[in-house]
Amino acid sequence: MTTPTTTTAPSRWERLRDSYLWYSFKRDRTAQLCFAVFICLVIAAFSAPLLAPTNPYDLAQIDIMSSELPPFWVEGADERFGLGTDAQGRDLLSIILYGTRVSLLIGFGAVILQALLGVTFGLMAGYLGGRVDAFLMRLADIQLSFSTLMVAIVVGAVVKATMGSAFYSQYAVLMLVLIIGLAEWPQYARTVRASVLAEKNKEYVDAARVMGLRSKRIMFRHVLPNTMSPIFVISTVQIANAIISEAALSFLGLGMPETHPSLGSLIKAGFDYIQSGSWWITLIPGAVLIVLVLSINLLGDWLRDVMNPRLYKG
Amino acid sequence: MSDQVETMQRTTPAQTTPTQNEESSESLLQIRGLKKRFSLSGDFLDQLRFKGGKLVRHQEHVHAINGVNLDIKRGEALCVVGESGCGKSTVARTVMGLLTPTEGTIHYDGQRIDNLSGRQLLPYRKRMQMIFQNPYASLNPRMTIQQTLEEPLRLHHPDWSREKILDKVQDVMGSVGIDPDWGKRFGHEFSGGQRQRIAIARALAVDPEFIVADEPISALDVSIQAQVLNLLMEAQQERNLTYLFITHDLAVVEHFGTRVAVMYLGTVCEVATTATLFAKPRHPYTQALLSAIPRLKDDRPQHIRLTGEVPTPVNLPSGCVFHGRCPYANARCHQEIPALQTQDDGTRVACHAVEEGRL
Repeated sequence: MTTPTTTTAPSRWERLRDSYLWYSFKRDRTAQLCFAVFICLVIAAFSAPLLAPTNPYDLAQIDIMSSELPPFWVEGADERFGLGTDAQGRDLLSIILYGTRVSLLIGFGAVILQALLGVTFGLMAGYLGGRVDAFLMRLADIQLSFSTLMVAIVVGAVVKATMGSAFYSQYAVLMLVLIIGLAEWPQYARTVRASVLAEKNKEYVDAARVMGLRSKRIMFRHVLPNTMSPIFVISTVQIANAIISEAALSFLGLGMPETHPSLGSLIKAGFDYIQSGSWWITLIPGAVLIVLVLSINLLGDWLRDVMNPRLYKG
Repeated sequence: MSDQVETMQRTTPAQTTPTQNEESSESLLQIRGLKKRFSLSGDFLDQLRFKGGKLVRHQEHVHAINGVNLDIKRGEALCVVGESGCGKSTVARTVMGLLTPTEGTIHYDGQRIDNLSGRQLLPYRKRMQMIFQNPYASLNPRMTIQQTLEEPLRLHHPDWSREKILDKVQDVMGSVGIDPDWGKRFGHEFSGGQRQRIAIARALAVDPEFIVADEPISALDVSIQAQVLNLLMEAQQERNLTYLFITHDLAVVEHFGTRVAVMYLGTVCEVATTATLFAKPRHPYTQALLSAIPRLKDDRPQHIRLTGEVPTPVNLPSGCVFHGRCPYANARCHQEIPALQTQDDGTRVACHAVEEGRL
């Protein structure tokens, strides 16, 4: 090079620290609290094998005699089980940690699948327009006219009937990711399409076309980075939705099997005992689910306010 | 009114074939009989209407350009002027292949380019580049200046080494007066004038010979306009560029243009060298346009006041598009579309009154 550049590019961390995102985060107590709760839950869930006092997947550690023991603040509690035990004698704390991990895995997995499908289809529909647009958007309309739960129930029932219950339990996580991912891609596709339609008429896209770039490169390199804000925002909402969908499916008996429960299947398992006084089996996982989903949703609300450029860019 | 508005066929002037062969040999770009319509009627289902108990297809079009013939000679700056909505930008965008013409041909250096595919057009993309109106929208907000300038080089010179590309970027940034150290910054960190310089650098990076500039200074502060204009003129001298310069600012035309084409409602009404046009405008519309330039010492208070409005480009008037507002219009102007006629000083005017010597 003839003249050496003197200014160095700001690192990613420096850019983040200077950004409006960080500025707003520092001033928003709700966002900080939600972020802390969410991160704690994620860390606790993914280090479950280290944190949990027992391994609920290990049948040897389960004693049916210690079933339905109440949590520590209720009379008759066993000091070995801080949050009590469920109907099979599994330690509730351990199984909630493992269950949260399953719920988060399914939530994130389904959202990644939704995002991949939805962003690709949305970009194509918005940028290419015409018949591609008409076809993909009608496909999305058809998809949206079935509710997620209905699709999941039908697919789940068909797979269970054809491949057998054992097969379904073995690949339950994968199945749920696929079902929830495939059922909700139109949310992404529509959001992305709308912002692509706004972006593609800007002159920088024309400049890229005049340069001679191919459509694929213009779509992914020029248009997509400028539609990231809405993608981030709906991602948070969609993660919460996916976790709720999974819980609902598990509650209906189409989700995770009893042996590898998610939060939803724990709630369902405990529901049968709520009348007999063992309320903790269903209420404690329920509370964890509510806290998890609420913190993600509140984070999403905050992110939507921050990333809406009309609010601060003018 | 008939159902199919577009059936109101306008006879194309007999000018569509290159008549001035001595001129076309030296011209870099030839536009012949160019027409562009935009549909207003939506898709097929939206076009269906019930009328008198029958299902008919109803289509409406905006006739943005209606038979434009232009030649751009190598090394000149052809300015296209006209009021808003007269089709200046559509001509520019059609020439660059951003729009496909409805009718007509575009030849670049003797080769027809309006029907080429994206891949076939790639060698021409390197030779012709475009500068856009709004520098706030023409730079990708998520790319640094360095990335913006490297991209065309990487595309058109895949065999170049990284050092060579960096050198070229530094070089071109220097030539438009942008500090090469600023490459790591993003577009929004610059002022409008600096951004337009960057956009010019992007166009110049691939060493083009022909540049279409679509109102490149109209979005800029007046104090910056002269700087950018001078930059474009310097680039023209150093690199022997040819410009198609779209503008509505007649002062810029006087300063910048070699020749001027005046457009009205999608047609070219007069093409002349800048000096001739300003000294002796022929077409009634050009005369009105030039009389509207505000002068510091207003000793010519007789502005030509045109009556009425510009007709809608959806329903074009018959005959000469200007006849409704022209003080010299007669019966022939209502029926027959005037073709561009070369005058003895080389000016080309599309006006029956000029042709008949009534004016």
